[in-house]
Amino acid sequence: MKDVIVGAVVEAVKKAVIYLPPDVKEALKKVYGEEDNPIAKVHLDAILKNIELAEKLGVPVCQDTGLLIFYVKLGARFPWIDLVEGLLVEATKIATKVIPLRPNTVNPFTGFNPGDNTGRYIPVIAWDSVDPSSDVLEVTVVPKGGGSEYVSTLRMVSPGEGFEKIKEVVLDAVIDAGAKPCPPVIIGVGIAGLADQAMYLAKKAATIRRIGSRHPEPMVADLEVELLRTINSLGIGVMGMGGKIYALDVHIEYAYRHPATYAIAIAFQCWAARRAKAIVKPNGSYIVEQ
Amino acid sequence: MEVYKLRTPLSREDVEKLRVGDIVYISGTLYTARDQAHKRIVQYLREGKPLPFNPRDSAIYHCGPVVIKKGSEWNVISAGPTTSTRMEVYEYEVIEKLGVRMVIGKGGMGPRTAEACRKFGAVYVTFTGGVGVLAAQTIKRVVDAHWLDLGIPEAIWILEVENFGPLIVAIDTTGRNLHEEIMMRARLRKETALHNQEYRTNL
Repeated sequence: MKDVIVGAVVEAVKKAVIYLPPDVKEALKKVYGEEDNPIAKVHLDAILKNIELAEKLGVPVCQDTGLLIFYVKLGARFPWIDLVEGLLVEATKIATKVIPLRPNTVNPFTGFNPGDNTGRYIPVIAWDSVDPSSDVLEVTVVPKGGGSEYVSTLRMVSPGEGFEKIKEVVLDAVIDAGAKPCPPVIIGVGIAGLADQAMYLAKKAATIRRIGSRHPEPMVADLEVELLRTINSLGIGVMGMGGKIYALDVHIEYAYRHPATYAIAIAFQCWAARRAKAIVKPNGSYIVEQ
Repeated sequence: MEVYKLRTPLSREDVEKLRVGDIVYISGTLYTARDQAHKRIVQYLREGKPLPFNPRDSAIYHCGPVVIKKGSEWNVISAGPTTSTRMEVYEYEVIEKLGVRMVIGKGGMGPRTAEACRKFGAVYVTFTGGVGVLAAQTIKRVVDAHWLDLGIPEAIWILEVENFGPLIVAIDTTGRNLHEEIMMRARLRKETALHNQEYRTNL
């Protein structure tokens, strides 16, 4: 069973780094059709050609295969819960060798790179939820690139002006980010009382949610649409060289806050918005989907 | 928006005719160098130590490639650009002292680099971020590798390329800086957007 779990996760990592999910590909094609800035067109054409080439050759779509995040949905009745953590680390090492992934993990004090994309607290294993009635293991892989992570922003604003501040904080983050996160990007906004929770929600909103999906609450959904429109009206464009589209979408997620705190986190996901999910059943069968 | 095909070694005239927004395809020799390599280059320059390579009249490429060894041959799998902003602190010296004519990256560079481009006759061009596979297609072979102790992405890879691009000129020898111009306009538009919001709220 160990081999099945490792095999499923390696396959999900492979799928994630080579093939972009259908919603991302569709969104990029749509932008190519809508954009009339000639420089943006040149970039988009290169992006679409690159996506095709990666699929044809079976190699990673971008050389920065990121740090690996595993969002784990655990069925409480999955029989090998005790193995999952160790096997995710093992799968990371194997994936690095066989796909291959770029060795990206570096000790922040010594600069040491073990060469296998693991290290202290890496890969990130986020125990997302436990389903008491399920016997299935679901692992969503997000290879998160450094360029778009570099511009992540967290602001603790005064609760009195919190809601009015969201737009300003997000626009400031976009201006600071500019061309750096490889636009067209997906922007995740997390709002919470706790700083780490705001960023966790922002990251998931940017990486997991499908492009075009709206938050179920109309007030939040309206703000998503309004922010998307305003961000794109700044004219930063693809790769920060001008044009109509900077963001493919804006996704907001929130948690209830503390009376004294209002945390706004902004996470960016580059156009190479990679994700894939491995679903492993106790009978040893699995599927990988995007 | 002109399209140019250039070959290294690049002359001052080659790059002086380029203007912001032009498209360039380059053939010849590129030197990858990202954060740690830049740091070490500048350290060597300041200590007067000789470099084991010479990128004069050639191009520096901000890139941390995926490279694997097949037998005795290095093979570039993916080699898109990395964010250039981090190299801003070093690039003036690199352009001045090494005589680099072209810096290839993504995400834009700042006023010091623009100043060096104007003064010493160099350009900053951008490749589309993330197009590592497309880039690798035009890399014919790895000529040499230096400073592998920095790790594969951080090492200096000397690459022979053919029609590497499309690259878009973002800083030209007149000192124009496209990214800066776009961001300046974006800042003004942001102020207007927020002002309008405030205006609506106060109605």
